[in-house]
Amino acid sequence: MEHVLRRIGAETLRWLQGLGRATMMWAMAVARLPRWSDVSLIVRQVYNIGVLSVVIIVLSGFAIGAVIALQFYTQLARFGAEDAVGVGLALVLLRELGPVVTALLFAGRAGSAITAEIGLMKTTEQLSIMEMMGVDPLRRIVAPRLWGGFISMPLLTVLFNTVAIYGGVVVGIHWLGADPGGFWSGMQNTVELWQDLGKGMVKAVVFGLVVTWIAVFQGYDCEPTAEGMGLATTRTVVMSSVLVLAMDFFLTLLMYGDFR
Amino acid sequence: MRMRTIEISVGAFVLAGVLAAIFLIVQVSGINVSRSEETYKLTARFDDVAGLRVRSKVSMAGVTIGRVQGIVVDTEFGEAIVTLEIDGAPGSLTIDTGAKILTEGILGARYIGLVPGADEEMLGDGDEIVETQGAIVLENLIGQFLSNFGKG
Repeated sequence: MEHVLRRIGAETLRWLQGLGRATMMWAMAVARLPRWSDVSLIVRQVYNIGVLSVVIIVLSGFAIGAVIALQFYTQLARFGAEDAVGVGLALVLLRELGPVVTALLFAGRAGSAITAEIGLMKTTEQLSIMEMMGVDPLRRIVAPRLWGGFISMPLLTVLFNTVAIYGGVVVGIHWLGADPGGFWSGMQNTVELWQDLGKGMVKAVVFGLVVTWIAVFQGYDCEPTAEGMGLATTRTVVMSSVLVLAMDFFLTLLMYGDFR
Repeated sequence: MRMRTIEISVGAFVLAGVLAAIFLIVQVSGINVSRSEETYKLTARFDDVAGLRVRSKVSMAGVTIGRVQGIVVDTEFGEAIVTLEIDGAPGSLTIDTGAKILTEGILGARYIGLVPGADEEMLGDGDEIVETQGAIVLENLIGQFLSNFGKG
């Protein structure tokens, strides 16, 4: 009994300490607002995190848009409502799938890379050397990655949504032959700027913040061994994926839930 | 040299993102940039607005001319008071304009159809539409049909 209690207590304390360290790291890195000389560091991170993820985002976006259009079309055609393909596609993408799938791919593609990079720097004691040289690793290493992820994620989501809608157009209109007029006008009449696009982008921003935060912290806090690095990288992907899906539910509940 | 390519590709990335955002705003959410900013408000009382929502369409002869801005209930009379936001300046709708709650297709969304009147006077900002016809509720219709059927 005593054993179990002690174990639960120790785990809780360990977890709380981790959360505290993560919050401290994040707050201290963000508090060092970027100076002009840091802009080039951020640009480099936007390249590493954002530009290098574009290919996977575009490919997945196209595939997902195409498959949604295909499924919606075959089901809706039974009711003679093929025109609703556009509406369904746009709402599903803008509200849910766009931000969530982008965040999952982002965690797998960019998050793991960030963790591995910072983890290796820590393992090979580059971070300590920087500190010794009087260079602040929070400013030089952590902050640019946080900003880079924060900038990249919404842009990637927008690209994902656009390409996915294009994929839906290719399958729905060009291949299956839905009426373009009904497709676009149904979409434009139903989709609302803030309600659908805006709230979807709020999700994207939150996910971008959380995924980069987890990725940077796991690297910064990893055990400085080869094994610790591997564990940290795995943890980044698992934690971000689970957290993104869980947060998506609560964000949807908060923003769309019709309760007071 | 290396930094140059990075900066160029980041620039292209940001530009692509902005263009995609413009595409989503204009083509997907279909905001009408040229839509007149000027609107005025009318109110209408209905005995039943079942299915009507805020931002439902207000149309005349099938053309959208405004949106439902608010729906509140008047518990004293058991009626719903609907606020309509009509595009343009007041002075185009006669004072005996009628308002009906209609349905698009069989399963479509509810909207308000305005029926033009013949009076000389025009509705101004904040005026009330008197001639109204509420939503047809299927259950009531079936109920009426059954009770008539039973009597006959």
